[in-house]
Amino acid sequence: MTTPVLSVENLVKEFYVKTTAGLRSARQTVYAVSGVSFAVEEGQTFGLVGESGSGKTTVGRCVLRLLEPTSGNIAFKGQNITSLTQVELRPLRRQMQIVFQDPYASLDPRLTVGTSIAEPLVVHKVPGDHAEKVASLLELVGLSPDHSRRFPHEFSGGQRQRVGVARALALNPSLLILDEPVSALDVSIQAGVVNLLQDIQKELGLSYVFIAHDLSVVRHISDVIGVMYLGKLVEVGPAESVYTNPRHPYTTALLSAVPEPNPVIERGRQRIVLTGEVPSPIDPPSGCRFRTRCPRAEERCAVEEPLLSSAGGTHQVACHFPNEVPVTLGGAGH
Amino acid sequence: MSPILSTRDLRVTFPTPAGKVLAVRGVNLDVERGEVVGIVGESGSGKSVSFLSIMGLLPPTALITGSATLDGTELIGADVKTIRSVRGKRMSMIFQDPLSALNPVHRIGDQIVEMILAHQVMSKQQASERAVELLDLVGLPQPAVRAKQYPHEFSGGMRQRVMIAMAIANEPDVLIADEPTTALDVTVQAQILDVLMEVKSRLNTAVVFITHDLGVIARIADRVEVMYAGMTVERAQVNDMFASPGHPYTRGLMASLPQVGRQRLQPIVGSPPNMIAPPSGCAFRPRCSEATDECESAPMTLVRVGKTETACIRAQELGVSA
Repeated sequence: MTTPVLSVENLVKEFYVKTTAGLRSARQTVYAVSGVSFAVEEGQTFGLVGESGSGKTTVGRCVLRLLEPTSGNIAFKGQNITSLTQVELRPLRRQMQIVFQDPYASLDPRLTVGTSIAEPLVVHKVPGDHAEKVASLLELVGLSPDHSRRFPHEFSGGQRQRVGVARALALNPSLLILDEPVSALDVSIQAGVVNLLQDIQKELGLSYVFIAHDLSVVRHISDVIGVMYLGKLVEVGPAESVYTNPRHPYTTALLSAVPEPNPVIERGRQRIVLTGEVPSPIDPPSGCRFRTRCPRAEERCAVEEPLLSSAGGTHQVACHFPNEVPVTLGGAGH
Repeated sequence: MSPILSTRDLRVTFPTPAGKVLAVRGVNLDVERGEVVGIVGESGSGKSVSFLSIMGLLPPTALITGSATLDGTELIGADVKTIRSVRGKRMSMIFQDPLSALNPVHRIGDQIVEMILAHQVMSKQQASERAVELLDLVGLPQPAVRAKQYPHEFSGGMRQRVMIAMAIANEPDVLIADEPTTALDVTVQAQILDVLMEVKSRLNTAVVFITHDLGVIARIADRVEVMYAGMTVERAQVNDMFASPGHPYTRGLMASLPQVGRQRLQPIVGSPPNMIAPPSGCAFRPRCSEATDECESAPMTLVRVGKTETACIRAQELGVSA
């Protein structure tokens, strides 16, 4: 077996917040990510889905060490990068880049997009003709080389996101963290950016970590999917397997909550509407973190934390009472 | 029966230093009592602006012409007294971001009471009791306790429930929901949609649901209006629109969605038009793969073709069910 491009083991990230109750102030811990492990193989896309507060973005930032993990190991092409100093990390940063959700906020409004795209080349002191590289990058993402002299406000949302992708590709990375890259775009525009990401992945042999809350887009683009709930991975497996045969009650509920753009299927199918909302990561439930909203929770779930274990092949689930038989969600499978 | 809400040739123009932005360019719409109308369109298609203008919520610089009537009462150009007697009482609106619509320094219950007392004659005590009832109706657990809390103590989904409670406080005839679930997670969205539908069937309120999410439309709408460049380009019963979309734009929207078995998505090429100088004829023409010379001067008026009404002059020859 080849070494995965990225391998994350038991990643933990805790934040500390100061809270005041009356006159007393106390320090509380936010358990944002609690023991997450996964691997991304070369040329593949690992989709990370979960609702707000599930910790998916924190995982992405920790992988790049934009946030320092509290504990755990992150290996890039077999090399442990968790304890490297920032100086030691620099050459590796060229190979790991990130694309953010809001391309307007992540591009400097006062720099031409050409300057923005060339900035990583300058920072990393890459020799050679930057203008030529910028022109070829713009072409790669479906824009014209003439666009390099324009400013971000002259572009539409979809075009700006293409600029964001071009900048991320400037240093010829092998891994891209895509943090909700199409969430802010209209569907008709979103499709073009998704196609672009798939094309350049094939062309350049890139590996992706695709973070999103839109389950249909994640399914479309991912080879392997990890489902997060309140700081934990509750289910991991090949995309088709997770979607057609979800084993975790949370995954089942999440998939059934996505409205299908077909009124006949949508109105005919059985839905599992979860009650309540995601608990606070400051005080997560004991045992299984999903148990407070789980239709199947029993006493054991409060005491014993379920660990990720095989549910057939590479499909893993962290649940004491996983779905035994394939659950058919009308529409989700066809 | 006559429609509860009607617009005729509704137009909204915003003067800007760069020129006049033609945000809404002649919308004719009828909403019947108790029905759910889905309004679909991309950002900038004029879907929100149309309804903000009907609600009298646009800045005074906006030029609004045409007609919008609620149960026969003209709203465009109406005096403040008329608008106030309608807004929040017979017609109310909820928004994408409930936090900015709630006052952070007042208790939730008091804000609902204010809404009730603005339009109904009752004691403060009665209004408070009614507020708790409303919170219970929208599925807020422990409504009496919750009524005494402040907006920051509520999650996004809970705040949206509060907004719905306020919007239905005076049992309006029409509830306009402007992307109320876009900022919410899917599991919470499912809850909110259920609450809305529950409220609708109890009060027989007509719901105008503005969204860009075709999945949400498929779930709740009876009828759909597709907007593009400030105009309606397609109108149909929900099943008919999904089964045989009549306008190339509607077809494009559907083809751009990820679906099982779809290896490659089909984006709509180009970007939405600049509304200072929208294209002549059919505004979708520059992005349409079916466009011909004829489309340059085509009127964008809805014509019935098969089961849908579409503004595409080539709908018949292209075959609606294609």
